[in-house]
Amino acid sequence: MDEHLRNELSRQGIFVTTLEELYNWGRKNSLWPLGFGLACCAIEMIATSMARHDLARFGAEVFRPSPRQADLMIVAGTVTKKMAPQVVRLYNQMAEPKYVIAMGACAISGGPFKQGYNVLKGIDRYLPVDVHIPGCPPRPEALLHAFMTLQEKIAAQALTGEQRPRHLRADAPGAFPVPEFGAHDLQPPHNPEVWTPPRLARES
Amino acid sequence: METLEQIKTRVELAVPGASLTVIQNGSPCAQHSILVDNEHALEVARFLQQDPQLRLDYLSNVTGVDWLEQVLQEKSRSRRVIDGVEREIEETTEKRVPGYLEAIYHLYSMELKHGPVILRLRTSDRAKGTVLPSLTPLWRGAEFQEREIFDLYGIRFEGHPDLRRILMWDSFADHPMRKDYVEPDDYEYEPTPHDEVLERARQHYLPRT
Repeated sequence: MDEHLRNELSRQGIFVTTLEELYNWGRKNSLWPLGFGLACCAIEMIATSMARHDLARFGAEVFRPSPRQADLMIVAGTVTKKMAPQVVRLYNQMAEPKYVIAMGACAISGGPFKQGYNVLKGIDRYLPVDVHIPGCPPRPEALLHAFMTLQEKIAAQALTGEQRPRHLRADAPGAFPVPEFGAHDLQPPHNPEVWTPPRLARES
Repeated sequence: METLEQIKTRVELAVPGASLTVIQNGSPCAQHSILVDNEHALEVARFLQQDPQLRLDYLSNVTGVDWLEQVLQEKSRSRRVIDGVEREIEETTEKRVPGYLEAIYHLYSMELKHGPVILRLRTSDRAKGTVLPSLTPLWRGAEFQEREIFDLYGIRFEGHPDLRRILMWDSFADHPMRKDYVEPDDYEYEPTPHDEVLERARQHYLPRT
């Protein structure tokens, strides 16, 4: 709809909207996160939900103790290889539409433990991450910014056509394979449908 | 507290057959330690715990060390007569020290407020004979730490009540803190690779077209 016409109408007391906008407006303002933390980033996440930073302004203060009631997974902290299958399983148990914020250096890449033997080098190896936040740990403002980014992303989603979100596609999977404990590493070490290792063209 | 030599003498009198070696630490901290033979380790530890002059009732820490096989080079100089002329000859002899795994116990006394006394236990080699006596029956605090050493170094503690992996999963086969541990090659982009990381990163480079 023409923006100018809509402004004119609203000035006359007539509110005009589309079903898509209304639907996305409702979704983006009631993002309920799953209440779990993995490491020190969770402390910042808790701080974000408290009075000073007040996550309730974004409709996301209701941390759910059950994945069945949650819309958003905040991967806050170091994902160890021993914990990774449980994180993927929790994500699979969440109902669509669902989103993932990878919070902090560890969750996006392994962070300072990247060269270690027991830390997953980024949760995006197994899950489709919507927003990555760098930082060690990120400040609450950074998490709020991630929320706003995610809200913009949801508001811009078209409900029909090729670009429609995953929960409106019958062929798109809502569950992702849970990695298994192998003899030397997780099996598979990453989900090729979600993530493939980048390869650089360089002289070796 | 007594010196380690005094402790060693008293222990060897009290526990017949035990052989203790005092290992000097040459660094400024001068924290010397006692190497105990594995057969008598539990008896020696019990003596240290119960002796009224020592009363080492508190085990603060247990840690593991992996010693790889070392080749020590010793240089010796000697004067010899060769072709009627006396010359000074430098000889290098190589000595192989086989690798072993080590568990180190730091003992304190809460009652007498002294410590630490540091005990070392060594395995016979790094492959098959990686068995040490567990000191968990004497100090309950050793339980999780010995499990961690079992997990990360692969030392099996005999007499441990519940020897399982504690950090890695049960089906994990390796011992990550051993120096010859090879981690899985799950390379991803490194902005500034160097040393071993660079070596691994190179194997994944695509040739420039």
